[in-house]
Amino acid sequence: MSDVASQLTTADGRPLKAALASAQARAKRRAFFLVLPLLLFILISFAVPIGQMLQRSVYNDQFSKSVPALSQWFAENPKGTAPDEAAFAALASDLVLMKETRAAGDAGTRINYVVSGTRSMFTKAARGADKLEPPFMEAMLELDEDWDNPLVWNAMRSAASPWTFDFYTIAFDLERDADGKLTKVDETQRIYFRLFIKTFLIAGVITAICLVLAFPIAHLLATLPMAKANLLMILVLLPFWTSLLVRTTSWIVLLQGQGVVNDILVALGIIGDDGRLQMIYNQTGTIIAMVHILLPFMVLPLYSVMRVIPVSYTRAARSLGATSWTTFRRIYLPQTIPGIGAGVLLVFILAVGYYITPALVGGADGQLFSNMVQFHMTKANWSMAAALATMLLVGVLVLYWLYDRLIGIDKLKLG
Amino acid sequence: MVASRDDAFVSFEHVQKSYDGETLVVKDLNLQLAKGEFLTMLGPSGSGKTTCLMMLAGFETATHGEIRLDGKPINQVPPHKRGIGMVFQNYALFPHMTVGENLSFPLEVRGMGKSEREAKIKRALDMVQMGAFANRRPAQMSGGQQQRIALARALVFDPKLVLMDEPLGALDKQLREHMQFEIKHLHESLGITVVYVTHDQGEALTMSDRVAVFNDGRIQQLAPPAELYERPDNSFVAGFIGENNKLPGVVEDLNGERAVVRLENGELIDATAVNVKAKGEKTLVSIRPERVEFKPELIPEGAHTIDAEVLEVIYMGDILRTRMRVAGHDEFVVKCRNTIDQMPLTPGQRIRIGWNPLDARALDMI
Ligand SMILES: Nc1ncnc2c1ncn2[C@@H]1O[C@H](COP(=O)(O)OP(=O)(O)OP(=O)(O)O)[C@@H](O)[C@H]1O
Ligand SMILES: [Mg+2]
Repeated sequence: MSDVASQLTTADGRPLKAALASAQARAKRRAFFLVLPLLLFILISFAVPIGQMLQRSVYNDQFSKSVPALSQWFAENPKGTAPDEAAFAALASDLVLMKETRAAGDAGTRINYVVSGTRSMFTKAARGADKLEPPFMEAMLELDEDWDNPLVWNAMRSAASPWTFDFYTIAFDLERDADGKLTKVDETQRIYFRLFIKTFLIAGVITAICLVLAFPIAHLLATLPMAKANLLMILVLLPFWTSLLVRTTSWIVLLQGQGVVNDILVALGIIGDDGRLQMIYNQTGTIIAMVHILLPFMVLPLYSVMRVIPVSYTRAARSLGATSWTTFRRIYLPQTIPGIGAGVLLVFILAVGYYITPALVGGADGQLFSNMVQFHMTKANWSMAAALATMLLVGVLVLYWLYDRLIGIDKLKLG
Repeated sequence: MVASRDDAFVSFEHVQKSYDGETLVVKDLNLQLAKGEFLTMLGPSGSGKTTCLMMLAGFETATHGEIRLDGKPINQVPPHKRGIGMVFQNYALFPHMTVGENLSFPLEVRGMGKSEREAKIKRALDMVQMGAFANRRPAQMSGGQQQRIALARALVFDPKLVLMDEPLGALDKQLREHMQFEIKHLHESLGITVVYVTHDQGEALTMSDRVAVFNDGRIQQLAPPAELYERPDNSFVAGFIGENNKLPGVVEDLNGERAVVRLENGELIDATAVNVKAKGEKTLVSIRPERVEFKPELIPEGAHTIDAEVLEVIYMGDILRTRMRVAGHDEFVVKCRNTIDQMPLTPGQRIRIGWNPLDARALDMI
């Protein structure tokens, strides 16, 4: 069959495939030039920054660029070698360099990420570096007895190369002990990974609440006559049209201790004046405000799916003898799955990366993972911020992959 | 076959329906169905056929009146307890289930055991010659195949009454005719009662025991097909079913069933009085094209004949359709069989035509 196809020619004897390809080439070229601006835009605004972020999370030369001598010593002596006089001499010479280039703070900060409380050791040592006399080991230990701490030396060995996984180690609440083995950090120090999990849980809770609230609304919208449905739709979309700050402020007005909701509850005698509920500047506030903001993203895909489910399916099920509950469970619900899937995925992904709302109404325990990213960005700790952001990105991609495995991405219906 | 009020299997009594509280979509519907009857609701779009069916199935509530099934009022019975099989125009096969699961659904909700279910599903699929399709999904089948499955699903739980709302509307002509035959066959072999909605009059005439012609929320005539075609009660039915010639005029003479009507150009014709009560009344005389005669020996003795001018002869294979000008009307049609000894007509020819007075019906003026 394929032999025959390859022998087919046009009227003037050219092979059919070649003729077809050249006939289509022009159209394809033109189509490509049409999408080129978008392609460039995506490349510049999306692919490049993401690549940068990934790189920063594993590349940090804050320390390595200031320690040429020490790097050489690390290269000559294998891992696990205890620091000798030569090592301390190299360190001392690098400290002199740091003093000249004023890089001691930066370098110290890099080590401080791994072993906390070490930044000042570097700044102090650098300050008097040019006055250090051999033997350097004793001189250094004189300055600070922590200078022979194996943890510090391990950290310096790792930081002597700009390529590092240290930031991921920190992000997973892990640390290396003196033997270089990964262990969990102290219970009280486990903030990142714990927050990561908590963020996914809160996003899950928000998604679940959104689904429960949006399903009946979407159903109502889908069954109402067009004119009324459009009116209701405006109400659903209202959050989109108001400024984020205005919306957030109104939540504060409503939910704060002396706010409207508490006042009403007190007036109704449901709670006492001293028992006012704390509904904002905590996790509850984050959840309430985010549900409000993300609800339309659940309603819209659900609505677009429900709108096109003909009423005859439910009628058929009823006429076949199913109760309204069975009809809902076995006939209606399965057909809304593309909408549920799209809404859940959309809301969850948005919620996992949400930043402004938790920052404004989250208080101390309502902060999400993105707030941590932002925290490190303000501290100019780009590598840490990048590592955390990458975790978030990977987490979302894993979810996306799971979704594809369980439901199928081709079933996604966004509108 | 026609059921009396008391032993009717299905009965509508003074049923009215309004969706908006302003207009009545169904106005005073009275209808009795005997067990095993095949009744078709026929009518133009918007005449209230689907509404009637939906009230019977329980998806719409009657605004007034009572609907009885097997002697019991069902106005308050929810749809799933009525035990009525239903076939929808768009098939309404559940897209996320296979054919087998679709058929299994009504049996499962009735709590039937697995082996019994399988036997029933197999029987129902074999009944519509779709035994090999149990594992297909609806989207993988043609319209005709889906229609058969929809039929099988409506029958699998042995309902006594089956409602069908334009079940064949989406099929092509050939398939439609084939399915008409199969549905009719199933109706006879299973002894079920069927209420069938269509706006295809051919379908209504070939399949039904009785046809209810709907217009404007009322039954215009309820009769067996032959009677509907040959003895329409009013101008609407006459015009809606089959091709019809209509000649307006005034009743000149009325003698029992026999009427003489004076046409607008002064000529007289014979007719049977159906809807006219007195001399001088305006009327519309309706005559089927195949009942018009132009050979003098076929026109009954003493009947009036009138002038006609042949305008056009259309060759249609089995018949010759001739358009004539009669009493000032250009659209008068005569159909004659294309037989070897047929008298050829040519455009421009002038002839005289007539008919048996029984075939011309003096109806109401619309
Ligand atoms: N759910 C509804 N709400 C309001 N009006 C309706 C509704 N369903 C039908 N109608 C109106 O009732 C009238 C009768 O409709 P119905 O569907 O019974 O007609 P039908 O005879 O089945 O027509 P068709 O042959 O087009 O299916 C129409 O004028 C229609 O506009
Ligand atoms: Mg209808």
